[in-house]
Amino acid sequence: MSVLRLFTGRAASAPVARERLQILLAHERSLRGQPDLLMQLREEILAVVSRHVLLDPDKVIVRMDRGKHVSTLEVDIELPNGADRAFASAG
Amino acid sequence: MTKVLVVTSGKGGVGKTTTTAAMGAALAQAGEKVVVVDFDVGLRNLDLVLGAERRVVFDLINVVHGVAKLPQALIRDKRLENLWLLPASQTKDKDALTEDGVGRVIHELRKTFDWVICDSPAGIERGAMLAMRYADEAIIVTNPEVSSVRDSDRIIGMLDSKTERAENGERVAKHILITRYDAGRAARGEMLSIEDVLEILATPLLGIVPESQDVLRASNVGCPVTLNSPASAPARAYHDAMRRLLGEEVEMQIPTERKGLMNLLLGRRAA
Repeated sequence: MSVLRLFTGRAASAPVARERLQILLAHERSLRGQPDLLMQLREEILAVVSRHVLLDPDKVIVRMDRGKHVSTLEVDIELPNGADRAFASAG
Repeated sequence: MTKVLVVTSGKGGVGKTTTTAAMGAALAQAGEKVVVVDFDVGLRNLDLVLGAERRVVFDLINVVHGVAKLPQALIRDKRLENLWLLPASQTKDKDALTEDGVGRVIHELRKTFDWVICDSPAGIERGAMLAMRYADEAIIVTNPEVSSVRDSDRIIGMLDSKTERAENGERVAKHILITRYDAGRAARGEMLSIEDVLEILATPLLGIVPESQDVLRASNVGCPVTLNSPASAPARAYHDAMRRLLGEEVEMQIPTERKGLMNLLLGRRAA
C-alpha cells in the first residue's frame, strides 16, 4: 500500500473521512433528542435580556462554530437607541 | 412468529430496494412466507425491480383507505410461490398514509406471513417514519462513504426513539448491511473500511455486498439478484446475510467475482 502511494504520490483519504465522521457524529449524537439547541438558547437569552432592555427579537443572532478543540458561541444583540432609558426604568 | 423487518438508510441510492428484493427472494427460497411492502409512495420501484410492474392493480394506499381488501392488492411472485408484493401508489402523495392505517395493514399481514419486509423511502420524513414504525428488526443499508454513514447514524437514532418498540421500552434489533463495497479501493485507503464503519456506527454487521454489475443486470430484467444470478458475488452475500437473519452462524466474508484469466488480465468482468 505504501509502495503504491510512493508511485501515485497520494495519501489515503479514508482515515480523513473516518476522523471527520467521528468528530461530527459525536456532536450530532449529543444534540439528538433535544429541541434545536441554538433555537432554545436564542429564546432563553431573548427572555432574560428583554426583562431589562427593550429589544427587537429579530436582532438577536446566536451562532455556533464547532472546532476540533474549542467551540465558540457567538451572541449578537442589537440594542435600539433609547435602550438605556428602558434599562433605567427596569432597574 | 412473524418478524416485521424494515430496510432503511436515510440516504437515497444506497441499495434499499435491491436489498429488499434480494432478501425477500432469499428468505422465500429458504421456505419462509414473505411479503415485501413498498413504502415509497409516489416513487414506487419495488414492483419494477421484482418484475411485477404490469400486474399492479391496487396498492398500499388503497388498502389503508379501505378501497381494496388486502388480498386484492397482494401480488404473488411468478417465480417464487412464497413471495408476495404489496406495491406503493404511484399517483397519491405520501401524506395519504396514516399511522393507524399502516398499523392495521401490518397487523393483518402478521397473521399470514413469516416476514413482512418494509422497503423504506429515502429521507427521514413521514414515509420513512411509517416504514420503521412497527418494525421488530431493521437492516440499515450503508455505503462505505461519509454521507451514507452519517445518515445511517441518524436513522439508528430514530430506530431507538421513534418506533413503537422504542416507545414501549423494547429494542428494534438493528443490523448494518454494507453495500457497494469495493475491496480494492478499501485496501488502497480510498474507501472507509468495514472496521471503520462498524466502529463509528456501533451496530452489528449482517453482511457485505460487493459492488457488482450483476445488481444492475438483475434490476434491468426485473428479477432479484439472488434469483437472477445465484452464483454471483452479491447474490452469495445476500444469501449469507439471509442465513444470519434466520439466526445461523455464517462466517463473515466478502464474496468476490469469479473472473476468468483473460478478463482478469484485461481488467473487465465477464458479461
